[in-house]
Amino acid sequence: MTKYAFFLGCIAPLRYPGIEKSTREVFKTLGVELVDMQGANCCPAPGVIKSFSKATWLAAAARNLALAEKEGLDIVTICNGCYGSLFDAAHELHENKEMLEDVNKVLAEIGLEYSGGTKVRHFAEILYNEVGIEKIKGAVKKPAEYNVAAFYGCHFLKPSKLKQLDDPENPKIIDELIEAVGAKSVLRKQKAKPICCGAGGGLRSQFGDAALKFTKTNLEIMKNANAEMIVDVCPFCHLQFDSGQKDSGYAFPVLHLSQLYGIAMGMDVKNLGINAHITPVKI
Amino acid sequence: MKKIESEFIEELAANGGSSATLCFQCGTCTLKCPSAKFTAAWRPAHLMRAAQLGLKDMALQADALWQCTTCYTCVEWCPCNVQVVDVITALRNIVVANGELYENHRKVAQNLVELGHTIDNNDKIKSIRKELGLPENPQTVMDDAAAKADFDKVLNRTEFTKLVK
Repeated sequence: MTKYAFFLGCIAPLRYPGIEKSTREVFKTLGVELVDMQGANCCPAPGVIKSFSKATWLAAAARNLALAEKEGLDIVTICNGCYGSLFDAAHELHENKEMLEDVNKVLAEIGLEYSGGTKVRHFAEILYNEVGIEKIKGAVKKPAEYNVAAFYGCHFLKPSKLKQLDDPENPKIIDELIEAVGAKSVLRKQKAKPICCGAGGGLRSQFGDAALKFTKTNLEIMKNANAEMIVDVCPFCHLQFDSGQKDSGYAFPVLHLSQLYGIAMGMDVKNLGINAHITPVKI
Repeated sequence: MKKIESEFIEELAANGGSSATLCFQCGTCTLKCPSAKFTAAWRPAHLMRAAQLGLKDMALQADALWQCTTCYTCVEWCPCNVQVVDVITALRNIVVANGELYENHRKVAQNLVELGHTIDNNDKIKSIRKELGLPENPQTVMDDAAAKADFDKVLNRTEFTKLVK
């Protein structure tokens, strides 16, 4: 399938619109069609909203899944949080018919029904598994010759029993995707691997200082590997690194993979939306 | 003496946290947990023990319970297949159902009620979106009153609006 329902989420369109724009442009270049999910709601966020009410989380996620199903399309997300939430909800509703029935009672009141057929995909995994490294290499106009610290985040690969994409202890997907456009992935052969960015689970909003300890641990690992920039696949990790470097002594530019791809595929720098970033991005 | 509340184990299971009973206290989750390194209160193995024994007060201690980032490292490493994150989510749901919510978290929840998103738009973002050739508001519930009304029904029907007021 080269056509997907495009799920925007919250942080990309409302804090880093350049991520939304770059994704649209990069997928257009690579022949992947995106159909906007008119009227979609927050995924809803797995760490906070699911922690408050699992029933609300599941019903609200099911509304998104049903909107895509109505169009006969699978969903593509540009955020690990959205991916985690919608993937898990789709899985639960696929496995548990009773839950599906309950959720459909709610959806019936707004004229929707979910049969359990929507697949939830992550844009990086679509690049890797559907577009493929060779086609990506062929689309590079200006190799992105940077030393890049690849940041996978958590919900892209974990829980790995469900996601089944890559080994979360020693992953390679993002490293290969980064190297496909001419960059060097400096953490790839390193023993010290990054940890969680610290933002998830409501930690950032309630215990911000603890969240920053995660971030600084990662920044130290990246500095020791001589990274020049951070490339992530999640706007929430992106926000945590971009805002979390303030007064830290670190100043790594933070790019979402779609923005790095935009650069490599010859997109006008103006279209990357880097004026929304807190830590300056000089390209 | 700590009070054991056996009905709490059932309440936990009803909220999706039944796998806590599988824990045999090897401590791998605590060893691998990044949050346990950075915070004094948080030890996931202790929480699993409290949950499986029905030590309700201990399991629901607020500060410790909300130190988890849901990174799933514990779930990857657990030799007993305890779904640690699901147990934590279940415990958190029980706490919130009792009306306890940090104000910072309540704000996020109220954003969802008001906007259909966890965060608001602002003038700076609107102008950047315009420069990028994107509509000022994303084409979501934020830009579609009928869709927002539908979403409100989902929140009301699942009693979220009342829960986070």
